[in-house]
Amino acid sequence: MSLILDKVSYVYSEGTAYERWALKNINLKLEDGEFIGIIGHTGSGKSTLIQHFNGLIKATSGGIYFNGRDIYEEDYDKRELRTQVGLVFQYPEHQLFETTIFDDVCFGPINQGLSKNEAGLRAFEALRSVGMPEKLYYQSPFDLSGGQKRRVAIAGVLAMKPKMLILDEPTAGLDPKGRDEILDLIAAMHKERNMTVVLVSHSMEDVAKYVERMIVMNDGEIMYDGTPGEVFLHYKELEAVGLAAPQVTYLMHELKEQGLPVNSAATTVEEAMESILKAFR
Amino acid sequence: MFREITLGQYYLADSPIHRLDPRVKLLGTFVYILSLFLFRDVVGFAVVTVFLVCVIRSSKVPFSYMVKGLKAILVLMVVTALFNLFLTPGDRVLFSYGILKITLEGVKNAGFMLVRLIYLIVGTSVMTLTTTPNQLTDGLEKALMPLSKVKVPVHSIAMIMSIALRFIPILIEETDIIMKAQTARGADFENGNLVKRTKAMVPLLVPLFVSAFRRADDLAMAMEARCYMGGAGRTKMKPLRYRKEDFKGYLVLAAYFGGIVLWRVFGG
Ligand SMILES: Nc1ncnc2c1ncn2[C@@H]1O[C@H](COP(=O)(O)OP(=O)(O)O)[C@@H](O)[C@H]1O
Ligand SMILES: [Mg+2]
Repeated sequence: MSLILDKVSYVYSEGTAYERWALKNINLKLEDGEFIGIIGHTGSGKSTLIQHFNGLIKATSGGIYFNGRDIYEEDYDKRELRTQVGLVFQYPEHQLFETTIFDDVCFGPINQGLSKNEAGLRAFEALRSVGMPEKLYYQSPFDLSGGQKRRVAIAGVLAMKPKMLILDEPTAGLDPKGRDEILDLIAAMHKERNMTVVLVSHSMEDVAKYVERMIVMNDGEIMYDGTPGEVFLHYKELEAVGLAAPQVTYLMHELKEQGLPVNSAATTVEEAMESILKAFR
Repeated sequence: MFREITLGQYYLADSPIHRLDPRVKLLGTFVYILSLFLFRDVVGFAVVTVFLVCVIRSSKVPFSYMVKGLKAILVLMVVTALFNLFLTPGDRVLFSYGILKITLEGVKNAGFMLVRLIYLIVGTSVMTLTTTPNQLTDGLEKALMPLSKVKVPVHSIAMIMSIALRFIPILIEETDIIMKAQTARGADFENGNLVKRTKAMVPLLVPLFVSAFRRADDLAMAMEARCYMGGAGRTKMKPLRYRKEDFKGYLVLAAYFGGIVLWRVFGG
């Protein structure tokens, strides 16, 4: 399974005074089972980009191929595509609408055409995997805390059993604890279900710890595409476009400049610690 | 889809019409609407058309923006035209079939009614396209201020209006996002019969209302935190002041309206 974007460009409000090229000539290939982070500051086009992945918006120019098929073909089943590519929007808790948590999670599977029983099973499974306590299932989603609401909303997409899961800034507005919980949950999902996961964020620190591949967006273009270690080598350029590398990157570069033989590509605290200890050995 | 609703959307440009005081534009729109219902022959129609074309030209707003609003009232236009066409009494019959009868008067009425409706939408959208909602409410507040002498809460009304207008684009954007998000969960807003489509609105409307209430709550809190107490003793950062151009604007309006009224009374 793969998703290919071929020279995709997208313009908002074409032909008006507010015209804006949100994406410019994006070429991208997402492989099966990857854990990808998309980083960029606000307005760099991240949300616009991922809305192309499941055909919610149509590229102004360029093509998108899912499993080798052009998704803009006349008879392409967009609904099937959306089943395969699950998209969790930013602040997904704002889309809850049902009277009970359980019913809300059932919404996706029912739209897929599953029977009530099957949808219920899916909902149970999804709610369990996001760690919702069972006693809450039949309560109103509006009574939950922010972090819990977000889990329910994520469960709503998981219940559709997508092969690829895309999350737009899933940690926005959460406290550090809620943030770590959600990120750990996503990482676990990637490992256990071997799902392709695309994590959108504007925080390097969040993403560096989890992803294998990082795509840096700037002003509608892909600036870097590589492993976190590779990307952070450009920490000075990243800074110039308003993104900061993780603090360890700075520390490691500083140490190296001072003559300590450490690995400056270390991106997490654990890696850094190992590398520093090794240098002293 | 929602971005196509132009009524109440500002088009950014620098034109004489944009720079006019909102009070001039408010009165102008009012006078213009009156004039639409005053003319009844081709000469009046020509005067209105020339006026409208001149205003549109000097506003620098592309014509396509003005006609966008027409789509919304297409049905109304068709119905109005048909009613006038068939139900106007008259003796110069052009065509008849059973009880259906089309008279020359009917054709004329239907034509004028159609023109009036189109001009009404196009003309009023000139105002909304060249005036920001804030200017508009400022203008209204100032123009209606005398009413506060008789205990009409002019300031509060203006405040409510400006807040409501301010939230329209936000709610439109929110609708767009929620719609996309539910589509991503397999919702279908476009296909199916009426019942099905109405049902499909629930996942859209519930979150929209929840968010509107949340926003209203937050805003009220934020206003209170900044000691908002209503209109008494409140001054403006940019008070409205007439400039020379505004008086010229009033003159043009007076000439236009005078002409229309005189023609109605003495002409034809
Ligand atoms: N619905 C929209 N209409 C017009 N412009 C938009 C819309 N959504 C986003 N944009 C513009 O497109 C650019 C990219 O936005 P977005 O993809 O939301 O960026 P990000 O998710 O990285 O913050 C921004 O400049 C934004 O202002
Ligand atoms: Mg975004």
